[in-house]
Amino acid sequence: MPDAPLPPQNHTPQLDARGALAHLLCIEGLPRETLTRILDTASSFLGLADREVKKVPLLRGKSVFNLFFENSTRTRTTFEIAAKRLSADVINLDISRSSTAKGETLLDTIDNLCAMHADMFVVRHADSGAPFLIAEHLRRMGYDDIHVVNAGDGRHAHPTQALLDMYTIRHFKQDFSSLTVTIVGDILHSRVARSDIAALSALGAGEIRVVAPQTLLPRAVASLGGASCGARVFHDLRKGLADADVVIMLRLQNERMNGALLPSAREYFQHYGLTPEKLALAKSDAIVMHPGPMNRGVEIASEVADGQQAVILNQVTFGIAVRMAVMSMLAGR
Amino acid sequence: MTSSPILSPLPDAQAQCEKLAELIRPTLTPNTALIGIFSGGAWVAERLAALLSLPEAPGMIDISFYRDDFAEKGLHSQVRPTQIPFDVNDRRLILVDDVLYTGRTTRAALNEIFDFGRPERVDLAVLADRGCRELPIAPSWCVWNLELPDRKTGLTLCRQTPDNTLFWKVECHA
Repeated sequence: MPDAPLPPQNHTPQLDARGALAHLLCIEGLPRETLTRILDTASSFLGLADREVKKVPLLRGKSVFNLFFENSTRTRTTFEIAAKRLSADVINLDISRSSTAKGETLLDTIDNLCAMHADMFVVRHADSGAPFLIAEHLRRMGYDDIHVVNAGDGRHAHPTQALLDMYTIRHFKQDFSSLTVTIVGDILHSRVARSDIAALSALGAGEIRVVAPQTLLPRAVASLGGASCGARVFHDLRKGLADADVVIMLRLQNERMNGALLPSAREYFQHYGLTPEKLALAKSDAIVMHPGPMNRGVEIASEVADGQQAVILNQVTFGIAVRMAVMSMLAGR
Repeated sequence: MTSSPILSPLPDAQAQCEKLAELIRPTLTPNTALIGIFSGGAWVAERLAALLSLPEAPGMIDISFYRDDFAEKGLHSQVRPTQIPFDVNDRRLILVDDVLYTGRTTRAALNEIFDFGRPERVDLAVLADRGCRELPIAPSWCVWNLELPDRKTGLTLCRQTPDNTLFWKVECHA
């Protein structure tokens, strides 16, 4: 099939010509109204868990392929539950045993799944931009009715995590404009931090702070999430936590310990681990979030993770409703 | 009831609610509960619950997730959470809507209700029946049968703020 020309003034393939969501690839470029609509729709799905039949028929007859080229249990499971609660047929591809491991290219894999009449791909990939590549490929091939959801790509983006984080913040704090949100940890390698900052910026959060050692901050940290966001940088956790309303702790990946970026897990915890004593510097009703999986005793103390202010398990529950909202908006655009 | 051509002025929706309540009243049992379909049906259900002095608040149902035209039209931009504050199992339910038209909304609402449980019986109460049914659905009670000139003419129940008075509006969609 010949290449279709690029649509004018539409460089991000996630919005169609009418401005409707065709794919969810990143938070950047999505208008506030779209983010708010996803959160509003998610709140309608939340009550579903209390029903006798925990399903709605929105995606009946649709096939959702979970393509996890990188390991993940929680995200894959919540996507699977979300798709099943929308009555979709869910196919989990075990990529490590698949043709990709035998040398098939990513786009050849996609073409084969399209030939099997896929309706949606949920993609996690270690390479930044892989979901964009797939979405662009689908457009070129004329598959306008197949949708891509980015479930985390490299260091780039994790939009559904950001949306569930925003849902959690809105649930507990209602209005974003008066909030101080502190994000702590490995900002350099974190797609969650990038997407969270973009979403907080789009939703008009009062103040966004990032706290990390110099070695775990990107050089252009001030431009994270778009030029207008202006995250304030702190190297001292105590200062970064002062009067915060929301504290988002990031997972410190074990492999960072082995490199030259950090001296040791113990020292990291000493300076950047969230303990009850440090949390006391934030507002008394501050909430503590974590995208999981947590490293207890590395970025967060067990007393905080299991404490009254932690909303980490609420995030998991909200994540299902948010992913249902995203998938139903894509399928029914 | 005979069908009437579109009236001017339009009938008093408040008085129609009272008439509908009187039609329902003789059939009430302690097991009866109301469920209104967002948004017009929910307003009517609230009025009926007050007029009939029902002890329970009515359930409110948003059928957006059960529409049969989802694939063509997508999700409604404002989906509200369905809230049914009682167990529907073995209840005598009265599904309430403002306008009965193709019957597809009623079907979607029935599908949603049965995902909450198995009621003993479901009746349908509407203020207006504008005909043009596409499914074998008929109201148990209706106070206004009318004919509208074509499909482009919409009949909408509106609610005035701040006194919550209900009134009808007829609009022509281009």
